[in-house]
Amino acid sequence: MTRITRLFGGAAPVAQSATPPEYFPQEETRAGRLHGPNTHLRHLLGAVVFVICGALASGAGAQATGDLGLVVERASGSLLVVDQSERARIGRIEGLGDLSHASIVYSPDARFGFVFGRDGGLTKVDIIAQEIVGRVMQAGNSIGGAISDDGRYVAVSNYEPGGVRVFDADTLDMVADIPTGSKAIGLVDIPGTRFVFSLWDAGETWIADLSGDRPEITRITGMGTNPYDALVTGDGRTYIAGLFGEDHLSALDLWQDDPKPRAVLPGYAKGREGLPVYKMPHLEGWALAGHEFALPALGQHEVLWVDARSLAESGRTAVHGQPVFAIARPDGRHVWVNFAHPRNDTIQVIDSLSKQVIHEFKPGPGVLHMEFTPRGREVWLSVRDAGKVMIYDTQSFEKLGEIEADSPSGIFFTARAHKTGL
Amino acid sequence: MNRALVILALAAAPAWAEPDAAALERLVLQDCGSCHGLTLKGGLGPDIRSGALGHYDSDSLARVILDGIPGTPMPPWHPLLSEAEARWIAVYLLERDPG
Repeated sequence: MTRITRLFGGAAPVAQSATPPEYFPQEETRAGRLHGPNTHLRHLLGAVVFVICGALASGAGAQATGDLGLVVERASGSLLVVDQSERARIGRIEGLGDLSHASIVYSPDARFGFVFGRDGGLTKVDIIAQEIVGRVMQAGNSIGGAISDDGRYVAVSNYEPGGVRVFDADTLDMVADIPTGSKAIGLVDIPGTRFVFSLWDAGETWIADLSGDRPEITRITGMGTNPYDALVTGDGRTYIAGLFGEDHLSALDLWQDDPKPRAVLPGYAKGREGLPVYKMPHLEGWALAGHEFALPALGQHEVLWVDARSLAESGRTAVHGQPVFAIARPDGRHVWVNFAHPRNDTIQVIDSLSKQVIHEFKPGPGVLHMEFTPRGREVWLSVRDAGKVMIYDTQSFEKLGEIEADSPSGIFFTARAHKTGL
Repeated sequence: MNRALVILALAAAPAWAEPDAAALERLVLQDCGSCHGLTLKGGLGPDIRSGALGHYDSDSLARVILDGIPGTPMPPWHPLLSEAEARWIAVYLLERDPG
């Protein structure tokens, strides 16, 4: 581990790079990927262990992970291992600490999940063996994470101490510490072993490039007051930050050498009373529905539509409450919306062409999260206060099944392993 | 007679009932917790464990809960909570075992 000491004071001018010698201890930690004379033997041994673990876990030899997932049980600090095809839970992994607001990313082979807990815990779990294989308490209070496009690094954004820390995905050794002096939010991966995140207190977005032998930081100022979350599109090009302190969002074109923030939906709530927000909305990369983004408004009971090319407003849909997630079905044809307390018992489905609500139902109290199966045929909903994950057909809206879970929140299918920004 | 009806109506109204402690505790942990953390030690919002709230008495804390803090993400809860419920939460937070 090489700690990069604090480089950026609160009022420091733009700092473009950090200075970590021994940044990648590749010879030691990445040996498994270098093809030396011992590597084949090591692979063979690894394969044997892999098969034994698989057999122990499933009782039936090798276990494919492509249709598996993890469900966060937020209160009990555990994860359910779930099987999409069986619509069933197939195991539980315990001992992960405070999992309120926890999120998960996956290794490229979809075997390992990296779990980011609110308490600063970063836990690596093996889905096949259904056990924790690594855990570090890396900060006091964290909010999310991402994995690099090459699968080598896992980054965590922290509220306390404010900043981003980057870990070796194999060993969970820290390889970079990027203090920001500000709560770091909206952390995503983009191509080129890069991470992008924003600063709640400073109103900046930083790009951390980890492709070289030292991290390069690009600071983008003037994003606006209090960015609270952000998304990146699946191609890694457009980064959009939601702003608590502004009447607009800010977008960056990350294909540009020198990205400049651009206001999106300026004045969308102008002249209207801001409604109380009992839960902050989330922005996610699957806001793209056809050629438009569907974005949750903040302080208005609306989903806002933005043309993805021009970034001009293309419509508004009045909805049931303060939207938390507005998630396009993978084909983009519909957008599913859930809501903040006290209206969090309801789901609305919006047609992306007409922008009308075409379906509304109440799965139960505390609908916290939605996850589509990779091609969108089913959606899994976590219904916290019912203690259930509920599964619906997205064409007929018929309920297909449910799974018992202890205060479930986030649902994360392994297909996320293959998506930028998730 | 009118007065009697009013008193009867008030007596039957939920606002006159004792605050539902279990429901309010759940609200604190789950819904306050969505910003302040499930353990209340802070998230986007600050630490609201008892040790961090020493500068509040229960009345002023109840006012913050009901009115929110303008200019911050702390919303006013008066549309959802009665005065008695806000006071119950304030006392609960101040007396809660600092964990």
